[in-house]
Amino acid sequence: MSTSLIYALTGIVIAGLGLFHYLSQRNILRKILAGNFIGTGIFLFLVSSAARQVDGPIDPVPHALVLTGIVVAVSATALLLALVCRYHDETGSLTFDEENDE
Amino acid sequence: MTHSSILIWPVLLPLFLGTVMFLIRGRSVLLLSLAAAVGTALTSFNVCRIVHQSSTLIHEVGGWGAPLGIVLRADGLTAVMLGLSGLVGLVISVYSLTYFKSNSRKEHLFWPIWLLLWGGLNGLFISGDIFNLYVTLELVSLGAIPLIALAGTRNAIKASLRYLLLALLGSMSYLFGVGLLYMRFGVLDLVMLGNVITPDFTAYVALALMIGGLIIKAALFPMHFWLPPAHSSAPAPVSAALSGLVVTASFYAIARLWFYAFPALELAKLSQLIGLLGCGAILWGGWQAIRQERLKTLVAYSTVSQIGYLFLVFPLCNTAVEGSGIAWSGCILFAVSHAIAKACAFLAAGVFIKVYGHDSISKLRGAGRQLPMVTLAFALAGVSLMGLPPSGGFFGKWMLLKAAFVTGQWGYGVVMVCGGLLAFCYIFRVLEQFMTAPDENAPKVKAPAVMTYSVLLLAVAAVSLGFFTPVLLSVLGVDSPVSLVSFAPEALLP
Repeated sequence: MSTSLIYALTGIVIAGLGLFHYLSQRNILRKILAGNFIGTGIFLFLVSSAARQVDGPIDPVPHALVLTGIVVAVSATALLLALVCRYHDETGSLTFDEENDE
Repeated sequence: MTHSSILIWPVLLPLFLGTVMFLIRGRSVLLLSLAAAVGTALTSFNVCRIVHQSSTLIHEVGGWGAPLGIVLRADGLTAVMLGLSGLVGLVISVYSLTYFKSNSRKEHLFWPIWLLLWGGLNGLFISGDIFNLYVTLELVSLGAIPLIALAGTRNAIKASLRYLLLALLGSMSYLFGVGLLYMRFGVLDLVMLGNVITPDFTAYVALALMIGGLIIKAALFPMHFWLPPAHSSAPAPVSAALSGLVVTASFYAIARLWFYAFPALELAKLSQLIGLLGCGAILWGGWQAIRQERLKTLVAYSTVSQIGYLFLVFPLCNTAVEGSGIAWSGCILFAVSHAIAKACAFLAAGVFIKVYGHDSISKLRGAGRQLPMVTLAFALAGVSLMGLPPSGGFFGKWMLLKAAFVTGQWGYGVVMVCGGLLAFCYIFRVLEQFMTAPDENAPKVKAPAVMTYSVLLLAVAAVSLGFFTPVLLSVLGVDSPVSLVSFAPEALLP
């Protein structure tokens, strides 16, 4: 088992754990954290795919992709947190099911 | 290929001016916004014209070609989409000049975010590789969601939060797929990927992750539940942009992948599954639309229903069957006419909200007498949504029906006809209220002229699109993935 494969599998496990919590948690802040876990897992997977041959040169493209992905994830998280603050101000709640629609 | 640099302007112009707009205040915001909107639309139309006259435009940004650099590509499909976003975007901008007319900081925030969204959409349409598609999809989501929240109501905040959480899941799934494809095939460029891809396990997993993620964003049934609250609680021009352009853009990304990057894969079973989901969307969306009490929620459910038609292209456009290319033309024509008609319907609903202060259908009794032009516009948009001639919706649906018969999949034809009947019901439910005589002592009301005429312009465009079908198809024919059936009336007959 090569090192990069271990990293790739770890990435998938982290993403899977994140997905599980993303779907099962009701608290929005926990959901956002879980979403970041999914992102981190996928980024780890992508970075590990840069080692295309054992002891060979590293492929720079996945690193560039991950950097861009991190920027996107940070902006999305910032927007989510801003919205959660507004939502908490409006409803005093951190879950979706406390009050009725409409 | 020096002239290929015209491709960057529909993206660069709104992104740059949108950023500038964050910094300035006062009346100059409106002037600069109008200039930015006109400029963006004109540069989009220009790309459209050049692609139609010559052929596919390819621009390597900064002189760095694929596989390392960013390649922008505009073929016939891109040109059609850019023309659409130019037209709808321009009308939305002009309408918004009056809709957001108070000089408050909050209302001015509409402009920079809207220009970022518009630039993101144009960027999505000209993306030449799957990673740029990811970045621009995110840009579109990050632009669309603050615009919904701009309404400031509790429902709007809640809907935008839900939408963003789901959109994030969708884009993570898509990104994972991109990573898998790059790991296996070593390319990101759409055309190169289409050439090297082989039907193996990794390719199928990547396909499922990418299409699955995009289906959330495109709100295909049963992942549609975030759409009606989000689209109905946003300010009217934003709803128009979301239902008209953003959803269409997510569908565009799926079609782009399906027909350009994955043609080598065996997708017949998956296409039937997507077709079934499309049927579910048509019937469920139409049924829910009939039951809605508010005009904007009704129009939003109508979007859910109409998205279903678009997804029927996957089972219907089977390259093995001769003549099924008509499904592709029909689907794109349907997407364009739906975008125009739906933007028109939401903008018309916005006029009612501005004038009456609400959009409850039962209380809009007599609006037809008081606001005849806007009611006419809504009715014309309805004609296109129902698929009556000579609207673009009619020809699009007709072509899809023809494809259902050519490929022997009659069931889809039946669902399409039922969807048309449901559309008939929900549109006439609204028109019936509008056409009833108003109360004797109803106050006199007047709609702003700019809003009325911009809505009317879109309505006329939606209905007369049928006459421009040959032009649209000849643009679409530039580097089309399937052989298009030439637009002749006899080609449409079953």
